[in-house]
This record gives sequence, structure tokens and C-alpha cells, in this order.
Amino acid sequence: MLKFILLVNKQGQTRLAQYYEHPEHDRVSVERDIIRKCLAREDNQCSFLEYKNFKLVYRRYASLYFIVGVDHTENELAILELIHNIVETYDKYFDKVCELDIMFNLDKAYMILEEMVMNGRIVEMNQNRILLPIRVMDQATQ
Amino acid sequence: MPTVAKGDGMRGLAVFISDIRNCKSKEAEQKRINKELANIRSKFKGDKTLDGYNKKKYVCKLLFIFLLGHDIDFGHMEAVNLLSSNKYTEKQIGYLFISVLVNTDSALIRLIIQAIKNDLEARHPVHICLALQCIANIGSKEMAEALTKEIPKLIVSGETIDAVKQSACLCLLRLFRTSPETVPPGEWTQRVGHLLNDQHLGVVTSATSLIHTLAQKTPEDFKPCVQLAISRLSRIVTSSYTDLQDYTYYFVPAPWLSVKLLRLLQVYPPPEDPALRGRLNECLETILNKAQEPPKSKKVQHSNAKNAVLFEAINLIIHHDTEPSLLVRACNQLGQFLQHRETNLRYLALESMCLLASSEFSHEAVKKHMDTVITALKTERDVSVRQRAVDLLYGMCDKSNAEEIVAEMLSYLETADYSIREEMVLKVAILAEKYPVDYTWYVDTILNLIRIAGDYVSDEVWYRVIQIVINRDDVQGYAAKVVFEALQAPACHENMVKVGGYILGEFGNLIAGDQRSSPMVQFQLLHSKYHLCSAPTRGLLLSTYIKFINLFPEIKGQLQDVLRNNNNLQNADAELQQRAIEYLQLSTVASQDVLATVLEEMPPFPERESSILAKLKKKKPNVSDIEVVKEGKKSSNPPTLNNSAANTPEATPASAPVPVMAAAPAPAPVQSASDDLLGLSAGPAAAAPVTNNFAAPAAPAGGGGLLVDVFDTPPAQNNVSTALAPQAEENFFKFAIKNNGVLFENELLQIGVKAEYKGNLGRLGLFYGNKTSYPFQFFTPTVSCPGELASAMNVQTKPLDVNTVEGGAQVQQIINVECIADFVDAPILSIKFSYSGSMQQINLMLPVMLNKFFEPVEMDATSFFNRWKQLSSPGQEEQKIFKASFPINSDTSRTKLLGFGFGLLDGVDPNPDNFVGAGIIKAQSSQVGCLLRLEPNMQAQMYRLTLRTSSKSVTTRLADLLLKLF
Repeated sequence: MLKFILLVNKQGQTRLAQYYEHPEHDRVSVERDIIRKCLAREDNQCSFLEYKNFKLVYRRYASLYFIVGVDHTENELAILELIHNIVETYDKYFDKVCELDIMFNLDKAYMILEEMVMNGRIVEMNQNRILLPIRVMDQATQ
Repeated sequence: MPTVAKGDGMRGLAVFISDIRNCKSKEAEQKRINKELANIRSKFKGDKTLDGYNKKKYVCKLLFIFLLGHDIDFGHMEAVNLLSSNKYTEKQIGYLFISVLVNTDSALIRLIIQAIKNDLEARHPVHICLALQCIANIGSKEMAEALTKEIPKLIVSGETIDAVKQSACLCLLRLFRTSPETVPPGEWTQRVGHLLNDQHLGVVTSATSLIHTLAQKTPEDFKPCVQLAISRLSRIVTSSYTDLQDYTYYFVPAPWLSVKLLRLLQVYPPPEDPALRGRLNECLETILNKAQEPPKSKKVQHSNAKNAVLFEAINLIIHHDTEPSLLVRACNQLGQFLQHRETNLRYLALESMCLLASSEFSHEAVKKHMDTVITALKTERDVSVRQRAVDLLYGMCDKSNAEEIVAEMLSYLETADYSIREEMVLKVAILAEKYPVDYTWYVDTILNLIRIAGDYVSDEVWYRVIQIVINRDDVQGYAAKVVFEALQAPACHENMVKVGGYILGEFGNLIAGDQRSSPMVQFQLLHSKYHLCSAPTRGLLLSTYIKFINLFPEIKGQLQDVLRNNNNLQNADAELQQRAIEYLQLSTVASQDVLATVLEEMPPFPERESSILAKLKKKKPNVSDIEVVKEGKKSSNPPTLNNSAANTPEATPASAPVPVMAAAPAPAPVQSASDDLLGLSAGPAAAAPVTNNFAAPAAPAGGGGLLVDVFDTPPAQNNVSTALAPQAEENFFKFAIKNNGVLFENELLQIGVKAEYKGNLGRLGLFYGNKTSYPFQFFTPTVSCPGELASAMNVQTKPLDVNTVEGGAQVQQIINVECIADFVDAPILSIKFSYSGSMQQINLMLPVMLNKFFEPVEMDATSFFNRWKQLSSPGQEEQKIFKASFPINSDTSRTKLLGFGFGLLDGVDPNPDNFVGAGIIKAQSSQVGCLLRLEPNMQAQMYRLTLRTSSKSVTTRLADLLLKLF
């Protein structure tokens, strides 16, 4: 299962964090350590790394990093593509998503993520269906 | 497409975020955040009720601040209020805040549960979904108790819409994980299985996750799912990518669902029904075939998705481990990936191949790739990939390629990353022992290891080489020769001195004929290292010298000079001093005959599982994936090494452990002095001759003591039950807060304890009372330190003067304990005696727990809080919230805490009901300061216990002990 999803910029600032298993100790310093490890990696290194008793799968998009913590039962490549699917879904909703879109629309970004991953497991991967509830909400507010 | 304005109308939020981004320094940012926090606080506390919009805005700001790395301790109430809003957006923000910033405050939880209940009962599907998602993300035991009943109905009802079903599946999964007992199996379990047939793939995806978890717990209940999963999988893999349009991802049909289905199938053995099995094999073949087809897209997404399914299929093939053709095909496929330009694929291929190496069907096929893997070890630029290559080489090693693999690993070790050296050393040592070309090669390999990576060679490794040399007389002369040569290097590692000292002490005579290695030369060579070594090594060398006195009487004078040297006779280290005095005395008073008997060659060590292997397993609880993944997946198969050993039984003389120990205990060394000469008994502290007295009856062979420490399993010779007496545990914990009392009582025997502790030392008086009117004969109490305890505690037991306890009489025994490092387990007191002809055995835990070495500390509020703050790194704090086991009473609690050893600090906590305390654990190796806060809640009959210390293990142990007291 997934333990957490982090969205981090190149400066190492967290822009979005969802934990599915609550960090036992000091979230901030563990998070920083994870981010530091991922940011320090070079492009030719593989996208997976062992961290304590779990694995990190990360993917970089321009200045944004998606970092997912998974236990040893997850399929790494499937998680790598989950990240890409999240990005594509954001793209579809925000129309060329950038860091600012996420920051200014944090609630929406979370909501989309919630539709895709729940309780650390993938629930829905069809982009249209993922965006359905949020579109309903947008219509209601307009 | 809705227009997405930056900030979506929440101007205040946009301004705040811009402000933060414009901050030039960390301080400026902190200032801005504090200002905002103050603002929000005042808004929340203000008289004016905020409207939904404003609440939403502030909650968003708090969320943003949380992401910046600040803990948010307020706003939960406002978020909970948002839950009851009728506006979807406000409700959503409320749930979001709660999901991200979980707070387990019980009062709040009740409100949240109520809000969730309302939403579940409402007819609005989007509201139901929000409520379910919230449970799925934060569901706790309380939630499980309050809400479980409704969820299964939602999942199996025909009226529920798909999105709700999906959320409900994950929600139930959460509740099942938090408290399985609240999710009783029922009629719904069968119907959940049928969701695998659902038209909607989103529902199937969620249902598969749920079924996977449930099936792991009770596989039998979900067996029918195997067939459903196979047929679903078959429909997906044989479909063209246009069939499942919505769920096709870069021309790969439903990759994530396929992966999940393949995972689910790994819970079960291969299907017995041949038709079903055929169908599954067809699926797997199709997946393997697709890997050979030209890609439908050049995009990496396409190949990743396709390979995700492929790797999972290979995992299933390995899990089943029954189809040789599939296993070999999988191996060939992975072989292709080993040379792929994508680092990710190379990494995963190495990892999967490691699992394949352990299958008898594919082991040979894997070995064909050895050269590629060796190249990977040398050329990969990513350390995590190199690590996988090491694992795979280790996994594929057998008798045929051991020499080459060990050579490659040794040469890589010279430049290996520090992070993986220790593990590599263990692996090389294990391989060299398991597949020895011959024993001279083995000795060379281990000495090379010490030369190349001496710092990373743990004690187990050098103990092991000594054990093997002692047990094999064909290699002893050679070993003496090579250690002698190795010691001539200008700088040699201390571990080399230890091995050298030990081996020359035993077998130096075998090379003494050569003038270049005459007794005097050997002695001078060793002694030239003496002053550079740590105390334990010096102790070992002193033992070597006394052995030399026996082997080479011609240099006795020089050796005695060393022993007589004031540096030794008056050494501050008691162990060295004692050895010097005793050895000197022994060499002076004993005749040559006596010396020869006392100092004769060590008897062979009992053979058993290599201690190094145990160390590797211990070091990596998730052992480099190989062993554990496999054991987890396939409990029927033994781990790699045993497996390959079983295939080639004749190949492994050293590792075919004859269970000597199980049959008859090996003869104990005749003299206690040679016991000590081993110098192998765990640490320096435990090596004292006196301490060995008590170990003698329990661990027959001198070396046994060491091995017992290293193994997880209890010593094999112990054919008598080691189970604890019935009341042992309960009585044991009573001693956490008292020093005197009755430890054990039955109709025959009563054991009383009087104990006193100071610093890291303790003295226990045990009083054995015979309650009958007949004598107990052969009354022998022994104390042993199981497992890791041996290195954490030093126990000295005075043997009883008598071995008969007359009817109605009482005998006393004194036990001295010294705490070296923090510990968890208690020493085991095992009492054996004969009563009216039948043998009795009673095993008890000696009431020595960590807090006995606790000294209270007084401090004022300021220094308390300062220290409290200093101890805030991960692992230093342990918090437990628990139900009171005894009535809550302030006076009793105070007595208990004082008895436990804390100094209570009054007036530090503003709430007079709370307790704040401080103390220091005094172990010989370290002193650990501990701070405590205990908050009773009378109403709920609960406690919150917070402990902070600088050592994680201490924190955990103290918390566990305290938990038992309140």
C-alpha cells in the first residue's frame, strides 16, 4: 500500500502532502530527509530507492517532484505510472498545471487525489470519472 | 470546463500565499506565518460567527501552513463545523482538513462520527462519498465500532451507485485494518467476491484491494475469488486496447487492475483445477508474449505500464514455482532487461531475478547471467542498482561459481559504498563458508575480508573463522602460517590481531619449526601490536601468552615478564589485571603436566547454523528482499541458502551441520581457565572467569555461550522445557515498583527476593524455602541471560553451599547484576531439584528490569522544559493513550512512579492532576536521561503517557513497563 504522497518543488518545499499511514514521529524532519534524498539524485539514477523499511518511488516534472512512499508489496512501475496519471489528471483539470495552480487551489488538488487514491490504495484511474465529482462541485458553485 | 481562477475567489488566501512566496528569509516567513496564525486564532475566537466562506478560507490557510512544516493545533473544531454545512464545497474542505490533519482527540472524534453518520444517511451520493472517503483515510477503532454495520450493505446493495461502492470498499478495508473484530464475515463476503465481475472497472479495482486484504486473513473464505480473478484477468489481457477504452492507459488495457489481480492470485497456491490452471497459464504466456511484441508507442508510459504487468506476472510465476517453462521464460525476459538502457528496468530485473535464483527450476538459467551481473556491479552508476547486483550474485551463488563470485565481491568491496560494506562482508563470509573450494581458500578469503574491510567485519565473522579452523585439523597449520604472514603487514587491523592471536595461541607450534617463525618471533610479532590494541584484544593476547607458556616453555621467562609488567598487573581494567595475575600465578605454581592439561588445545566447537547467517537475518529484518519476500510469499520453501544447500548436499561440508548438540552436549572444557581462554564469550565484560561459573551448567561447551547469544533459537541441548512457570510473568511485573517480596510460590517451594540497587549495580538475595517436610535433592538454581541480554547485562551467581534443601529449611543465594546497556528481557532463573524421586524444574524471570537502574533527578520547571524540547527528534518520544487497568488514584500513582524510580517534579505541570518526572538510567555503557509526563483522565478512566529519552529502545521499554502499572 501507499504510505504517503508528497508533491515538492525543486527548493524542497512541500506543496501537497497526503499521509495514508500516519508518521509515527516528527513528520517534518522525516519529510525533509526524504525530500533531500530524492532531490539529491541524478537523472540517470533509478526512480526507486529504499528508505528505512519502505521504498520511495519518485518522478520529476520540470521543477516539481512527486514522491510516493510504498511498502514492499507495491509494484514500483505501477506507482510510477500512477504518478503520471495524477499529473495528467491535474493537467486536464487545471489546463497545463503548474506549481501555482496547486498552491492556489489546494483543496481541488487534494480532492482530485482523493478520488484516485484512498486509504493508500488506487481506486480510480479513469480521468473522466476522477474529475466527475469536482465538476459537479464547480457547477454547483457557479 | 470551469474557469479555474487563481485562488478561486479566495483573495485572502491568494494574498497570503504570495506574501509567503515573497519572503526573503526563513525568519520573514516565520514572522508572516505567526501573524497569520494569530489572525486566524482571533477570528476563530471572536464573537462574530464566521460564515462558511470565511471558515473555508481560514481552513485552507491552515492547511497551507501545515504543508510548510508547521504543526497546527487548532482549527479542528471549525473544520468539524464545516462538515454540517449544506454546501458541498464547504463540506469538502471540512473533510479535507480532517483527513490531512488527523486529530484523535476523543471529543472531536465523536462529533466527526456524528457528522459522518448524518452524511451517510443523507440521500446525496456525493455527500456519502465524502463521508466514506474520510473514514477510509482516518478510520479509527471508535469509528469502526460506530459505523461498520452500514458499510457492507452499501457495497453489496444493487441500488448503490458505482462511485459509492468504490469508496465503501476502501472504507471497509480501512475499518478491517484498524479493528478486524468489528467487521464480522457474513453473507456479504460472498457477494463482495462477485464484484470482481462488475461491469465497472473502477469498482473491480477497489473490490480487488478489499478482497486481497480479507483473503490474506482468511484465505478459505475467499477461495472462489481465484476463479473470478483469473477470468477477469483473462478478459483484460486478451482484450484489444480499444475494448476497454476508458481504462486503457497508453495502449495497455487496465494496467493497475491487472497488477492488483495478479497480486491477489499470489495469496493462493496454483489452482488445482486443470482447466483453471490452463487458463491462468495462458494469461501469463500472453503477458510474456506481449513483452516481445514491438511497442505500440515510444512513450515511456506505455512501456512502464506494460512492464508493470509483466513484472507482476513474473512475481506470480515465481510464487507458484511449478511451471518450469514459464520460470525459464521469465528468466530470459529478465535477462533482456538486465541490459536495458532504462535504469529502472535494470534495477527491477535484478530484484526479480534474485527471487528466481532460489527456484530449482530456474537457478541454472539465472546463473547464465552471472557475467552481466558482475559487469553491473562494476559499472552501474547508481548505488541502489549495485546493491541489487550484490544481492543477486549472493542469490545465484552455488558450489560451481562460488570462487569467482566471491573473488568479484572481494574486489568490489575495496571500492564499495560505505553504506553496503557491512552487509557485503557478511555475505562474502557466508558464501565462503557455505561453498568452500577448500579450507585454505576459506581461510584466505576471510583474512582478505579483514584486510580489505576490517572495520566492517563484525565479531561473528572472526569468531566463525576460528571455530572452523579449530574444528578442522587439516587447515590448522596453514591458518597459522597465513595469519603469521598477515600480521607482518605494517598496519594490520585489530580484528586481524584477534584472529592471529587466537590461532597462534592454539596452533603456533605447527609453524614454530621454521626459524622465520620461531616461538620468539611469533611472540615478538604479536607483542608489537599489543600496545595499539583495545582492552578486550589485549585480554585475548594475554590468553595467547599463557598458551604460549605451555606450547613453548623455552620462552616462558619473556612471557612471564610481560605478565609481571606493572602495566598489566596494575592495569585499571579489572579484567586485564585479573588475567595477568591469574596467568602469572598459574605459570609459576603449576607443573608442566598441569599446565599442559589446563592449557590444552580447544575442543571442537559444536556445529550448527552459521552465526553469521543469523547476523545477516537480524541485521536486515527485511533481508535484502531475497529471504523475506520469499519466505513471506512462499512459506513452504526454505530460504535461498538452505534451498540450494539441499540441492547439493555433498557440496557443503562446513554447512552440513551435524546436530551434535541436539544429541549429546559436547564435553565441557575440563578447566574453567580454558573456558576463559576462549575470550569469545560475547563481550569483554562477560569474559571474566568468575562469570563463566554460572554459565557452565547451562552452556556445556565453552563456545556455546557465545553461540547462544548469537542465535535466535534457544540452545539445542536444552531438552527440558523452557516454559515459564504460570505466575512468573504476573509476579515479575509486581517487582517493577518494589524490591522485596515473593517471586514464586507453589505447594513445594517459595522463593523470596530482597534486592538493592545502586547506579548500574544490583544485588539480589534469593531465599529458597522448602515448604514440605522432605528434602529437595540436587537443588540447582541457575541464571542465564537469553539472546541479546548477555551483552547488556553481567550476572554473577554465587553457587549454593549445599545442594540439598532440608524439609522446612531455607537457603539463601546472592546474585550480583551489572547493567551494561539497556535491555528488554529479564534473566531466566531456572531451578531444578529432585523431590521424592521426581525431577522438578521451575523457570522464572529474575525480577531485574531496566528501571531498577534508574536514579531520580530533581530539576526546576525551566530546565525540565528545556530538556523536554531537546528531546524531540524521532524515536525519542513515545506516547501511549490507554485505559486505566486500576482505579485512578493520585496517591497510588505517586507511589508507583516513585517506586519506579522517577523523581517527581511538582508544580511543573499547570494541571495538578498530572505527573511530571525525571530520572537517569545508569548503564555502564551509557546514561540515559528520561522525562515523563502522565496525564490521568478521571472521566474517561484513561491515561496519556508521554516519555522522552535520548534512546529509542529505552523509551520503548520504559513505556511498556509503565503501561503495566497503571
